[in-house]
Amino acid sequence: MSKNIIEIKNVNKWYGDFHVLKDINLNVKKGEIIVICGPSGSGKSTVTRCINYLETFQEGTINVNGTNLEDDVQKIQDVRSQVAMVFQHFELFPHLSILDNLTLAPMHVHGIPKKEAEATAMQYLQRVNIADQADKYPNQLSGGQKQRVAIARALCANPTIMLFDEPTSALDPEMINEVLDVMIELANEDKTMICVTHEMGFAKKVADRVIFMAEGQIIEENTPDEFFDNPQTDRLKEFLSQIIH
Amino acid sequence: MAIYEVKNARPAPTGSKGIFRWILNNLLATPLDVAITFLGLAFIFWVIPPFINWAIIDATFIGQTKADCTGGGACWVFISQKLSMFIYGFYPEDQVYRVNIVFALFFVFIGLFKFVGKSFLQKVIILSVYPIISYILISGGYFGLEAIDTSKWGGLMLTLVIASVGIIVSFPIGIILAFGRQSQLPIIRNLSIGYIEFIRGVPLITLLFMGSVVLPLFFPEGVDFDKLLRALIVITLFQAAYIAEVIRGGLQAIPKGQYEAADSLGLSYWKKMLLVILPQALKVSIPNLVGVSIALFKDTTLVLIIGLFDLLAMVHLTNSDSSWLGHDTEGYVFITFIYWFFCYALSRYSKVLEKKYNTDHR
Amino acid sequence: MSILNNKQFRDIASQLIVVMALVLFLWYITTNLMTNIDQRGITTGFDFFSNTAGFGISESPIFFDSESTYFRAFLVGLSNTLIVSVVGIFFATVIGVIIGVARLSKNYLISSLATIYVEFFRNIPILLQILFWYNVVLAALPNPRGSIELVFNSFLNNRGLYVPKAIFENGFLIIFISIIIAIAIAIFISKKAKKKFEETGKETKVLPIILLVLIGIPLFVYNITGGGLSFDNPHLRGFNFIGGMNFSPEFLALTFALSIYTATYISEAVRSGIEAVPKGQKEAAASLGLTPNKSLMLVVLPQAIRISIPPIINQYLNLVKNSSLATAIGYPELVTVFSGTVLNQTGQAIEIIMVTMAVYLTISLSISMLLNYVNKKMEIKGR
Repeated sequence: MSKNIIEIKNVNKWYGDFHVLKDINLNVKKGEIIVICGPSGSGKSTVTRCINYLETFQEGTINVNGTNLEDDVQKIQDVRSQVAMVFQHFELFPHLSILDNLTLAPMHVHGIPKKEAEATAMQYLQRVNIADQADKYPNQLSGGQKQRVAIARALCANPTIMLFDEPTSALDPEMINEVLDVMIELANEDKTMICVTHEMGFAKKVADRVIFMAEGQIIEENTPDEFFDNPQTDRLKEFLSQIIH
Repeated sequence: MAIYEVKNARPAPTGSKGIFRWILNNLLATPLDVAITFLGLAFIFWVIPPFINWAIIDATFIGQTKADCTGGGACWVFISQKLSMFIYGFYPEDQVYRVNIVFALFFVFIGLFKFVGKSFLQKVIILSVYPIISYILISGGYFGLEAIDTSKWGGLMLTLVIASVGIIVSFPIGIILAFGRQSQLPIIRNLSIGYIEFIRGVPLITLLFMGSVVLPLFFPEGVDFDKLLRALIVITLFQAAYIAEVIRGGLQAIPKGQYEAADSLGLSYWKKMLLVILPQALKVSIPNLVGVSIALFKDTTLVLIIGLFDLLAMVHLTNSDSSWLGHDTEGYVFITFIYWFFCYALSRYSKVLEKKYNTDHR
Repeated sequence: MSILNNKQFRDIASQLIVVMALVLFLWYITTNLMTNIDQRGITTGFDFFSNTAGFGISESPIFFDSESTYFRAFLVGLSNTLIVSVVGIFFATVIGVIIGVARLSKNYLISSLATIYVEFFRNIPILLQILFWYNVVLAALPNPRGSIELVFNSFLNNRGLYVPKAIFENGFLIIFISIIIAIAIAIFISKKAKKKFEETGKETKVLPIILLVLIGIPLFVYNITGGGLSFDNPHLRGFNFIGGMNFSPEFLALTFALSIYTATYISEAVRSGIEAVPKGQKEAAASLGLTPNKSLMLVVLPQAIRISIPPIINQYLNLVKNSSLATAIGYPELVTVFSGTVLNQTGQAIEIIMVTMAVYLTISLSISMLLNYVNKKMEIKGR
């Protein structure tokens, strides 16, 4: 029986007086692929960013692979070295080459020697089909290329959990597929993935569970087929009718 | 599969708000923080109480002569006695009412700005009556008003005259220079660049010297250049170069597509620039335009060096009044607040303008 | 189509008109100039440079007395301008960086104090600040007899700041060589550490070692050879100080005012550089596991510097130009000495002002070229 690799219990978050996350409860097993969707402002990005403590929360607990998330520098470092994140706006470091972007964290966080780090980096660049751009700089690449590099950068840290925060929302339509293909490949290995996305095709293909959030709370969760073909709540029905076809 | 019941929003828990938590987080978060906060507080207590003692508690506010200042603190009597010199310079006392009319009219015209004329251009033309009226009132010689020579103008009044003339007249010149700098015609472009880079490369004081000493030599013997006029010409030509650079920045922010759209609509060069490009460039440039205007206001103090008696020069002058020796500080502190007030108000006004005109650019 | 509508014709014609107008204007000015010069008996030409100045200058890094030429006076003014500019630039940068970082601090007290500093000193004319320091603060200092004693045998009074003067004798050559060796060793150590980091991933704390080497080695050599460097300490004799080095009140007032004023603009440049780095960059760095320090050094500062450096260099130019305000308090820099005293004595205003402006133009051109060079070097490569 697989253990829970992420346990989110009764998490509540306020921005000032605004109740932004309401009683979030979510357990993720190792190797599970979770897709979170919902209207903007629903808190789906916020809850994802709580998992690697980019956002804090006032009530509840989050346990990542045995470590409880709290204001402890060591614990935060522990969690972040197991959790990698891919951002909507890529966030590659523009002043470093592609190769240096990938070797930065292995060298300066994990103390891996330069040659080894570069070899690993090239390996992952190959995987995302972008090895020939290793010496270029981020601003010389297209959006789709940048996001694939971002994924490779996340992989270099050898994470057990990968978080994707709307990875294709900032891309031109013709580049979305090249990124989704990489993500589908990753899903077929045993990485635990949590994806905030509107790409329903991706969800149907690889997700184990799809979660719907609105107004700061989880409304409905189900397997992809049931989720899209058999929505139970009115709120989800309304949302689906707005985004499909 | 799971469905969750709808939950209502709750107010935030009190432990995460409140003033004690705020102090803890913002001032005392780490040991280093505590040390820095302590140093900061120590500094404040070292500086503020003595100043308040001097400026308010021990100070003398009422009186007529230096002898009245007994408290050991600031002698504000000095300021109140010299105030009319600070504001009006050497303007004859019985004619001061004319300057006051000009001050009052300023606020009247500001208020009228909203209501007169239909277009912005019309407003500007109608309201340009104000400078003409001001000039007639202050310098006199018409309508039976006694002519007051510019050597008698001084103090805050003179500072405001120099600043307003400088800011207003340099504006159109700067626009033309900015257009020139962007021009496709090589001679015009190079002349503009040459002028702008020359002005920006030298200190204003050297230009003022040039205006004082060299400018008269460029004109035939008879032409007598009023000292103030020389300074105004120099300051205006100086400011025009800086305005040109600000507007150039604004012009560069306008996408090429705007130029192309105007061209394809058949607009001539001047119509295109004045109706389509310039309005957008000005909106974008507002913060920087106010910035260089504030800089000009501060630069008016340089006329002290060429012998004009602006506000700073008046304080400098009255400091040497032998019946008030030893009270330099009060004078400087006083005008520090005046200058600070004007500059700070202008910079706040810039923020207001920005918000108001920021209709489309984010 | 008439020739008047031809674009090429119009372009050439309008330029021709502008040139003609300019030429006419210049001709008008020049003829008047010639007449006036004749009538007033003003001498022209640059011969005056070799004439004797006949006045003294209160402070000068090179030798100057009343027998020296006007050209030497020009050099003295120029060097004083450069000295006060370099010192001012140094302090303005240090203060500006500290204040800029302080404004971004999470400590509300510190960031507020920094904001107050900037909003206060930025909105007061620089000339007023110079006069305030000179006439109010420095004038309030005690007589030499009642001087305020500072560290390192220095004294502060209304004649200025007196500090010990370093005298370099023959033995100093050894110490100088040891300094060079220390620097070489420091560079070698840091290169070695970097190599080690790349090969093994282990970091060594080089900074303490480098500081030890740079300070320790010359100090050690100084102690064993005991020579080469002695200090002439200022001491009170009668009513005044003799010996040591003196920084006049004029110099101090000018430097304080220029540094504090320019620092406000530099701090804004530093602050906007750091703020301009998108929040996502810091988040990406954090999510990769970089500590806040490492994130600052490797991700934020490299990007912030690229944005901050052009405005900072621009402020350096402004500081150099503002040094000309020394005229108001009599510090003998270029404008005071040359466009002031020399101009008054020789009456050759045109030549003198032209030369003065040429100097400043050269300085600003050099700074522009420096800026372009730095920009090119730091460019973030894009398409």
